[in-house]
Amino acid sequence: MMKITVASGKGGTGKTTIATNLAYLAAQNGRKVAYIDCDVEEPNGHLFLKPLIASSKLIGRLHPRVDEDRCTHCGPCGEICQYSAIVCVGEKVLVHPELCHACGGCVLVCQPGAITEVLRDCGTLEAGNAGEVRFVHGVLNIGEAMSTPLVQQVKAAAPEADLVIIDSPPGTSCPVIESVRGADLVLLVTEPTPFGLHDLTLAVGMVRALKLSLGVVVNRAGSGDNRTREYCQREGIEILSEIPDDRHIAEAYSRGLLAAETVPAFRTALEPLLARFSEDDAS
Amino acid sequence: MSEFVTISTSGRAPVRELAVISGKGGTGKTSIVASFAALSRNSVLADCDVDAADLHLVLEPHVVRRNEFTGGNRARIKHGHCNACRKCEELCRFDAIFFDGPGNGLVEKTFRVDPIACEGCGVCAWFCAEQAIDFSPVVNGEWFISDTRCGPMVHARLGVAQENSGKLVSTVRTAAKRIAEERGLDLVIIDGSPGIGCPVIASITAAHLVLAVSEPTLSGLHDLERVAALTRHFRIPALVCINKWDLNPEICSRIEVWACEHGLGLAGRVRYDRAVTAAQVKGRAVVECQQNGCAEDIRSVWKNVAAHLQTNKTEDANLRIRMPDLRDSR
Repeated sequence: MMKITVASGKGGTGKTTIATNLAYLAAQNGRKVAYIDCDVEEPNGHLFLKPLIASSKLIGRLHPRVDEDRCTHCGPCGEICQYSAIVCVGEKVLVHPELCHACGGCVLVCQPGAITEVLRDCGTLEAGNAGEVRFVHGVLNIGEAMSTPLVQQVKAAAPEADLVIIDSPPGTSCPVIESVRGADLVLLVTEPTPFGLHDLTLAVGMVRALKLSLGVVVNRAGSGDNRTREYCQREGIEILSEIPDDRHIAEAYSRGLLAAETVPAFRTALEPLLARFSEDDAS
Repeated sequence: MSEFVTISTSGRAPVRELAVISGKGGTGKTSIVASFAALSRNSVLADCDVDAADLHLVLEPHVVRRNEFTGGNRARIKHGHCNACRKCEELCRFDAIFFDGPGNGLVEKTFRVDPIACEGCGVCAWFCAEQAIDFSPVVNGEWFISDTRCGPMVHARLGVAQENSGKLVSTVRTAAKRIAEERGLDLVIIDGSPGIGCPVIASITAAHLVLAVSEPTLSGLHDLERVAALTRHFRIPALVCINKWDLNPEICSRIEVWACEHGLGLAGRVRYDRAVTAAQVKGRAVVECQQNGCAEDIRSVWKNVAAHLQTNKTEDANLRIRMPDLRDSR
């Protein structure tokens, strides 16, 4: 099995376009493919792959519940909590579930045994099939601040496949780190603009800190300047594909279509990537 | 009484906060914020996209003050003290403890904390019988107060693979607001991050107005629906601006209709224009480079946003005017 995460520092560079089309093309080539949308804050892969959802379940997160009858207001729960999710004020213990990281510390330190952990919904996990592509995504509840726990669940739900393609959220923070962790290859999608380059350097820093192998895909090639290519050369980073700045690709995207189906130039640009995945698999 | 008199005689409305967000990434938030910065003469910029901050690439800030950011504590095992009892590994819920630390004479191998996986909960340190775990604050970013050609700016850089971007966003926002108050500026323009999670919530809570920058694609619409649900959840009025609207006029109209039906105001459309990228390459806001094309559209969006902020300000002023009446009637 090969696991590829498609990520980017900057948003809107084309992660979902690349990830969904790669999944579609690899499945067409007869490979057993799973597409996992880890951008639980704004999942969009389903708009392109149009999966039939076969299962849907609520995902819960743990947070403490205090039994007032047993609570002696002794205080250690509030002392161990680093997130102000449980606060002991005088004769009252206040719980803020949305701040809880579910470390379990408060339960462990509670001498009277007044604290238990209960589940609270934080989002939905859905799975199904989009043609030959196995599809999984997560949808975070509105107002839920922490997306990483749901990302973990989405990743854990990845079905058996030769090729697992993970669509990551943008940026370089916690949910992104969770999405790329354990990948055999991280594809960093960028665009050749100053913003694109700056955010690429941040993403490269993150992938290197995690000691994972990476390759770059330059989207909208020819639209900005040459500095991204120079940067990759200098850093010894391989540019695995350059996708032309083609209005037809943008139009297909705007309608929720897979550009690989309608724009031959796009399909051609993705071929080196597909070839690469088969090679890496063989080795 | 004296407190009330101070407010009313100062005659200054409280600092207002405009948060520019998008849900979907890459819709043009930062380019629009940079243009707003150039068009507004009385604002402080707050780059709250601390994960991938880009506004400084256009506004070329001159850093006046540099501050360390501490997001929380991290656990670190003092190898000399570890007796490999396994308690930390047993209790850690974040898979951050590994049994591959150096030996120490007591045991052949010790435990080690993976600083990237560590959530900073402190449970391991609390329960370590040997007190072999150090749990102290770590610096995981920097934030800056700067001067730019468009006014003061507060921005930040989160360290590689660091957490707690929400706290850093709050730090940046608080500093920007304070600077506005000190210098008598009446607006903070917040450049938010994509998504609807922690840093976005920290960027918009208690802001006076959200401008959601969308694009005419199905993804743009889908993501706007979630952003609108978020602003509704936090009861913040929101306007929508559709960038690159002419890439798909039909979906653009669909988004506008949807927005109106769901209580969002329309701030205007901005046409697709290669001048935006050209300006970015030059390190300029597009309104600084040209008068026509999309620059004209952005000016009009800014006018609408500013008018909206103005209206709300009058409402605030009315509120204050009503207050003495209440007191007099007592």
